Amino acid sequence: MKAAAFDYIRPETLGAAITLLSKHGPDAKLIAGGQSLLPALNLRLSAPGLLIDIGRLAELRDITLADRTLHIGAGCTHAHVMNHPIVQRHAPLIARALTEVAHPAIRARGTFGGSLANADPAAELPACALALDAVMHAQGPEGPRRIPAAHFFTSLFETALAPDEVLTGVDIPIQGDTQWGFAELARRTGDYAMVGLAAVARPGTIRLGWFSVGQTAILAHRAAAILTEGGPLEAACTALADDLPAHDDPQASAAMRLHLARVLLRRVVGAWGER
Amino acid sequence: MKFSNPARPDAQIGLARARPQARALVQGRGTFASDITVPRMVHAAFLRSPYAHATITAIDLAQARTMPGVVAVLDGAAMADLCTPWVGVLTHLKGLKSAPQHPLAVGRVRWQGEPVAMVLANTRAQAEDAAEHIMVSYDPLPPVVDAAAALAPGAPIIHPELGDNLAFERHIDTGNTDAAFAAADHIIEADFTFGRHTGVTLEARAVVADWNEGEQRLTVHQGTQVPHMMQTIYALHLGLDESQVRVICPDVGGSFGIKIHVYPDEMAAVAASRLLRRPVRFAADRLESFVSDIHARDHTVHARLAVMNDGTITGFDIDDLTGIGPYSAYPRTSAVEANQVINLIGGPYRFAHYRARTRVAFQNKAMMSQYRAVGHPIATSVTEGLLDRAAQRLGIDPVTIRRRNLIPDDAYPCTSPSGMRFEALSHHACLDRLLTLMDYDGLRAEQASLRERGIMRGIGIASFIEITNPGAAFYGVGGARISAQDGATIRLDATGRLIVQASVTEQGQGTTTILAQIAAEAMGVAFEHIRVMLGDTDITPYGGGTWASRAAGIGGEATWQAARALRDQILTLAASILQETPTNLDISGGAVIDHASRAERITLAELARIAYFRPDTLPKGIQAELIATRHYVPREYPFAFTNGIQAAWLELDTETGFITLLKHWVVEDCGTIINPLLVDEQIRGGVVQGIGAALFEQCDYDSEGQMLNASMADYLVPMAGEMPDIIIGHVTTPTAESTIGAKGAGEAGTAAAAAAVANAVNDALSPRGITIDTIPLTPARILAALATYADGVGRG
Repeated sequence: MKAAAFDYIRPETLGAAITLLSKHGPDAKLIAGGQSLLPALNLRLSAPGLLIDIGRLAELRDITLADRTLHIGAGCTHAHVMNHPIVQRHAPLIARALTEVAHPAIRARGTFGGSLANADPAAELPACALALDAVMHAQGPEGPRRIPAAHFFTSLFETALAPDEVLTGVDIPIQGDTQWGFAELARRTGDYAMVGLAAVARPGTIRLGWFSVGQTAILAHRAAAILTEGGPLEAACTALADDLPAHDDPQASAAMRLHLARVLLRRVVGAWGER
Repeated sequence: MKFSNPARPDAQIGLARARPQARALVQGRGTFASDITVPRMVHAAFLRSPYAHATITAIDLAQARTMPGVVAVLDGAAMADLCTPWVGVLTHLKGLKSAPQHPLAVGRVRWQGEPVAMVLANTRAQAEDAAEHIMVSYDPLPPVVDAAAALAPGAPIIHPELGDNLAFERHIDTGNTDAAFAAADHIIEADFTFGRHTGVTLEARAVVADWNEGEQRLTVHQGTQVPHMMQTIYALHLGLDESQVRVICPDVGGSFGIKIHVYPDEMAAVAASRLLRRPVRFAADRLESFVSDIHARDHTVHARLAVMNDGTITGFDIDDLTGIGPYSAYPRTSAVEANQVINLIGGPYRFAHYRARTRVAFQNKAMMSQYRAVGHPIATSVTEGLLDRAAQRLGIDPVTIRRRNLIPDDAYPCTSPSGMRFEALSHHACLDRLLTLMDYDGLRAEQASLRERGIMRGIGIASFIEITNPGAAFYGVGGARISAQDGATIRLDATGRLIVQASVTEQGQGTTTILAQIAAEAMGVAFEHIRVMLGDTDITPYGGGTWASRAAGIGGEATWQAARALRDQILTLAASILQETPTNLDISGGAVIDHASRAERITLAELARIAYFRPDTLPKGIQAELIATRHYVPREYPFAFTNGIQAAWLELDTETGFITLLKHWVVEDCGTIINPLLVDEQIRGGVVQGIGAALFEQCDYDSEGQMLNASMADYLVPMAGEMPDIIIGHVTTPTAESTIGAKGAGEAGTAAAAAAVANAVNDALSPRGITIDTIPLTPARILAALATYADGVGRG
């Protein structure tokens, strides 16, 4: 299939992109790596009148470490983030999760911010952002604002970004994570997972970010609370029934998905030591 | 003729040559049908039925006709004067019935994806834009989705004029099956279910049709396996003489049997070219491929095996049912897979009593027909699944029961209970080779020690036979104008090099390469000095094309014969020039040589120079004839059966239901191996498609006849990451029917891979006393069988 006709602009600055976004409203869409948007255009699931290409904005491509905070620019490709020494050292969960994001050709073009802003419930990065308690940087006509990851993913492919806001980057607090783990079950290498878990243990708190379990990536609060308080792993597995929404799809019933989630939790947290 | 001595002069047959054509393909310089652009060409897009079964109450094309770039918008009524309908039946499949099928639906739609209307526009995007503005009113009818339900009393009838939904039924009853089962020590019984899947060629179907009103001639560039068959079809249904139709087959990006059938959208595109007097391109996109390409398999088989206490099998009793969509495919029909299933069950084994029934039902899903290894995976999975269950019941090793029952290697020629004639097979030699190759005893020991640690691994074995090199028995005897013979022409050019034109075709498997190897050896010239041209009905000899693993064995033999004939003509000419007796001469290294001393007498280049530019110097009365044509079809046997055996080694994660394939082995016997590299790659590709069926691929339909996973994101083709190493060994039993002795190798991998994997999964599950009879073996099915979690039911 061929995409419906659209206009295309590649602004030179972030400010110009935001101005265009404000001017054209819902008829405009941002494009960076295009790894989700272009298939949607060709399938005619999406038919915007204007594409605003922010893929070459250098100001969105920094990876920096300052004040115990790792900042990843929204425009960084997955491949760039995955192979960056600072990320590998301070946010190994992200580097590990990215190895499961699609295939090398897609990671070479797809962007970190694009995946988060797309808010696909089966994508790895939103669950990582939740588990790492990341903070999203948004910029709109009114200026910049920060949105905690826990408030960012609002529903299926929907985020807290306003229609005229651009996700510019993500802050990840570096708090000397004592443990982390990542696991997903996908039928084939690079496929969207049937269920997946990004888990982080920090002093005083454990976060369990899940993907492919419902309308958005979500944190399993009850199970995490049990683990945080030093409770038994099996109790946390039981609690997942209340944490995770019942979600049927052609690959797995809700019951099977809950079972697989428990398997992942045992494998990831079980590897952290005796409980 | 012996090809086993690698030191023989000008040896080419048996060399592992890479395909020279691959260079152009990897550089992006291949030419596929969708690369061909002709001046004034328009692009076709189709509006397809969203319903599996509905009456069309109205079609309004007016708004679409006003859209930018639109040249024409056509529906079924507009096609009526352009292209006659077709009916996919053959007389040797007795009782097979089907209904007339039209390029665009007339009055009623019968599957989701059936073409209803077509737009022709200056670009494909414009055609798609306009297609969104065609207004069709449907009155939905109850869909008939399940094959068993289609045959139940009171089922809605898809073609009322046919009376019921039963397209075809066939029975085989040989020996005394009831007595054999009454006398059996054990009766093994199972119900096997095979998922519906499809071919997913890398290049989708594509045609560029060019009706030239001035020449009154139609040229169709088409990614097809069968140019001459399509020439006949286009002439017949467009009311042309065959001489007015030229079919050119450019590079083809995989076919697997998908590109061997008549598709309504392609017929509509070709017919539209004649109407518009303009070239028309139709290139299917991936979404329409999933709902319009041929699907395959989708069988349920109730199977019984009679077996004695010593492991001897005495009889099979089989009841097979399949659903083929709403029409039997044209012109090869959709009854062949079912027919092959009951012809091939039990094929590797010696037994006397066989009863089988197959039924083929119409239903409201995409059409099914021949796809790689037609019927073989089902027959093999049923046979080998029953054997493993019998071994388990008797408490003997799966190898033991096979060794006891495989037809002895010295028992040939012989005939199976279903009437299949075997010239010479090598089941026991292949089994012996396999056991060595995989270190069977070592693997069993490793499995046992891992099992003690809770690691569930399985070994699965599957013997198989494969139909190759078919003569007229497949189609010609049933009245189809599908050539069983193939031809090759070879000529010496003016620089002493050779050009081969042959009627078999290339779809990426290396036909071009092996024909060049055969011609080079037959002539005594360098491989690089042979140029091969295929796939053009105006220039190649007449022939059937490439399907049913026949190109090497039939097209290769024709090429050998043509080259040997030209060699004799060249020697006759050389003898007259050299004033020598032809029998004292030979050709080697691109030159005529003295037969005894091997000394060069005259190069082919010099001979060609004299023949073409200085014929005045030839002796009086000598006219050089430097071209020869030969045709070939096997006559002694209807098919050249090949055989082999496969084994799978895998690990099962009982918590997740996931399967990790660890290794796969194939030992097969395709007779003379022309190119071991290409044979091995054919087998590997075939194994991968078989693994796809075993674990991943399934056209997932809901109860309304909607395909739910018709995209590359949702339909799981097997990919490299999940594939095991595939170790291949060979046993070589050449067919005595031809000089080169080659049988086919294109489908052996697919024939038994799924059976080996399914047997391995069941072997891994055996400590739990569970067997699974349904493929694909998804995690959901495995977890459900293991009753791992509370409700025990996973879908999928």
